Order: sequence, then structure tokens, then C-alpha cells
Amino acid sequence: MITILDYGAGNLTSVRLAFERLGEQPEIITDAAQYKGGRILFPGVGSAASGMAGVQARGFDQLLRNAVAQGTPVMGICLGMQLLLGVSAEDGGTQGLNLIAGDCREFDRTKQPDAKIPHMGWNTLRYTAHPLFEGLKQDAAFYFVHSYFVTPENPAHVLGVTDYCGESFAAVVGSGSLFATQFHPERSGEAGALLLRNFLNWEGACS
Amino acid sequence: MLLKRLIVCLDVRNGRVTKGVKFKGNVDVGDPVEMAAQYCKDGADELVFYDITASAEHRCCDLDMVARAARALSVPFTVGGGIRGVEDMRAALLAGADKVSLNSLAVESPEILTEGAKAFGRQCVVLGMDAKRVPVSAAIPSGYEVVIRGGRQPTGRDALAWAKEAVARGAGEICLNAIDTDGVREGYELPITRMVSEAVSVPVIASGGAGTPQHLVDVLTEGRADAALVASMVHTMGYTCGGIKQALRDAGIPMR
Repeated sequence: MITILDYGAGNLTSVRLAFERLGEQPEIITDAAQYKGGRILFPGVGSAASGMAGVQARGFDQLLRNAVAQGTPVMGICLGMQLLLGVSAEDGGTQGLNLIAGDCREFDRTKQPDAKIPHMGWNTLRYTAHPLFEGLKQDAAFYFVHSYFVTPENPAHVLGVTDYCGESFAAVVGSGSLFATQFHPERSGEAGALLLRNFLNWEGACS
Repeated sequence: MLLKRLIVCLDVRNGRVTKGVKFKGNVDVGDPVEMAAQYCKDGADELVFYDITASAEHRCCDLDMVARAARALSVPFTVGGGIRGVEDMRAALLAGADKVSLNSLAVESPEILTEGAKAFGRQCVVLGMDAKRVPVSAAIPSGYEVVIRGGRQPTGRDALAWAKEAVARGAGEICLNAIDTDGVREGYELPITRMVSEAVSVPVIASGGAGTPQHLVDVLTEGRADAALVASMVHTMGYTCGGIKQALRDAGIPMR
């Protein structure tokens, strides 16, 4: 069973449909009290401050902390990933969940003036060993749409990197039963579907 | 490395894909969602659906088609045509579209770009822009004028200036269609594509004029476009997305 957290940050149609294409019927919940167990998908598009406010208002901050403590598989996508970190520079500084220590800041165009922001389109991923990458080619392309990127304090929490705007940034982070991508697997063709399928089969252990 | 994108455009008229020459003389080529799914399978990086009769019929784009497309496609897609305001944008996005393209409405009510970006994020807001070659003048220093209503109505506005203004107002991407080359298959309009791409901070999709893979190579290098849009090449001329992308890779352009 997979539960998608709806905290008002963007619409969840494409995430839900991506799982339906894999034969799953995800449950979408708008409050932590509705959670009935099982793996959790933490998506999101939009700004950090309003996203974090939505997470707290629905009790999802505690739900996520409990899930991670219990080893329940959790996958964050895009803003959902960024909110797992400590502090985001967005909206004048937004405190995240700090489930992975580190920060989130904006691409700096002075590092590469011809880079377009947002970083939008297909970019390649170099990944380290993790069960969710099973069957995936190195340098497979995924679809990104974002202007901010995360930097975990502990390099071991960086599971995959992508190059853009003068940075080799963390495109995938993880720790324990937590796995999160900056890109959108639900919009990343077969490579994305493979990751989602692997997530559905993952029991939350790192190796 | 950020890759260049191949985008397939489907012009939808009364629920069917059509392909026209300079917005006239449309011929039926198939069911939009079935065709899009096939292009997706064949390597298209993104799809665009334009409901080309919605605007004239004063209705929003076909939301049932958008929902069917969202179920079938695992790559991003944009919808355009008939969007009358933020509520129509919301309906299209909730039906499963990733982005909404605004063209005539953005020219007539540019605040929609800001409202859309504020409500949904600028990554959802695509400025669709039709540009037509005109003599250089004080009012139109780029030599390209913005035209609306499917190319029928000149606006007296400079295309380059409008692109910059639209980005400042909230557009997260520009799909730049050249009226003079659209449907002619002799290559994209490189000068305006390059001017716009170098002037704005958001991605630019080149549209109008693709007839051979070399045309895409030209617009993605010399034209500085981030993505190239094709229609008749794959609908009726016998090219495949996979074949076009391989030709681009062979020319040294990084593709998925």
C-alpha cells in the first residue's frame, strides 16, 4: 500500500497516475490522522514556506518523523525532498524537517550566466549503490523542474548527483528508509517508472 | 549534463490531430492521445497539445483529452488553446497537464502570467508566442512582430521586447513560433530564436519550420534553443522521434 501526502503544494495528479500505471491504487491523504500505514510518498511543487506550513498544519511533520524512526519507506520528490533538509534559503529562510542535515539554496547564475533558471528539462544522473537504482543505467536522464537544490552535510547522504549551473548538486539523497529525488520520476519516462517500481518493492533497508 | 529536448506538437481540432500550413488548410492525421503515447514510447521528451478551435468556440481546452493524456503519458506535457483565466489553468493542471501555454490571452491581459505564476509556480506557465518578420522600425526594433489569434491579428508589438516582458511578469518558458516558417519545412527562424534565447533567463522552445533533422541541429546550436518542436515531420513526413534524436546525437547534440 502506498500513501501520498497532499499538503496543498501542487497537484498530485501525475504522481497518482504514475503509480496507477504500475498497477497500484495510491491512497491520497490530507491529514496525518487518515494514515493507515504502508510506504509514504511525499511530493510537492511550490515554495518552501507555504509547503512547510501545509505540512505542519496537517500533522505530516510528525507522521514523517515517526515513519523514518520506524523504518517505513518514504520517498520525497522535488519540494518534498527539499523540505526533508534543515534550512531552505527560499522565502527568506524556511526551517525544514531536518530529517537529513543540510541546506537548500538557489542556483547562482553568476557561476554560469547562460544557464536558464528554473533548471527545466532532462538531465543525467550519476548514482551510488542503492537498492532503488537496481536496473538503472548510469547517466540515465530524468526530468527536472526547480530553482533550488539541496546540499546534505554528510556526503554519505548524497545518493546521486547531477551537473547544472556550475554545480554538481545532490539530485538524490537518502538515509535509512528515506529516499528523495529532486527530479520528477513520475514524469521521467521508463527510467522514472523503474525507480517508482523499485520503491514499491523496497523494504526500507540500504543494502 | 542538461540535454536538449525534442518536443512533439499536436494541433487538436474537434478532438482530432490536424496539421496545417501557416494555420490554414488543416488535414486530419489521428487521435491525439494515441499518437502522443506512441511518440512518448518512441522517445519524445515532451508533448504539446493545442486545442486550436477552443478559443474561437469560447471554451477551455478539452479537459477530457487532457485527463486521458495524463493517464497515458509518462513524460511532461503542455496544453494550450482556449485558456481564459486562472481557473481554466487550474482545471487543465488538475486534469494532469504539467504546463499551460498562454498566447493571445497573455498579450491582451498580461497579468495572467503573474497570476498563473503566483498560483501554480512559473514552471507551469509557458508563453506561447507567434512572431512574424516585419521591417525594422522604431516600434519593432527586432524586426519581428507579435501576432495573435492564430497569426491573423498583428499587435504592433516587438517580439523580443514582449518575450522579456513576459518573463519579467512570470512566464517560466517560452515557446516561440515563427509564422513565416511554420508548416513550410525549410528550417526554423534562427535569428529571432537566438535573440530571444540569449535575452531571457528561461528556456526557449523553437517552433515552426522543421523539415529535416539538420533544421533541429541548426536551431539547437546556432539558434541557441533549449528545445525544438516538431509536428509534421513525425505526423506525416515519415520521421520518427527515435530517428530524429539519433541524428541529433550523431551531430554532437546531447539528447536523452
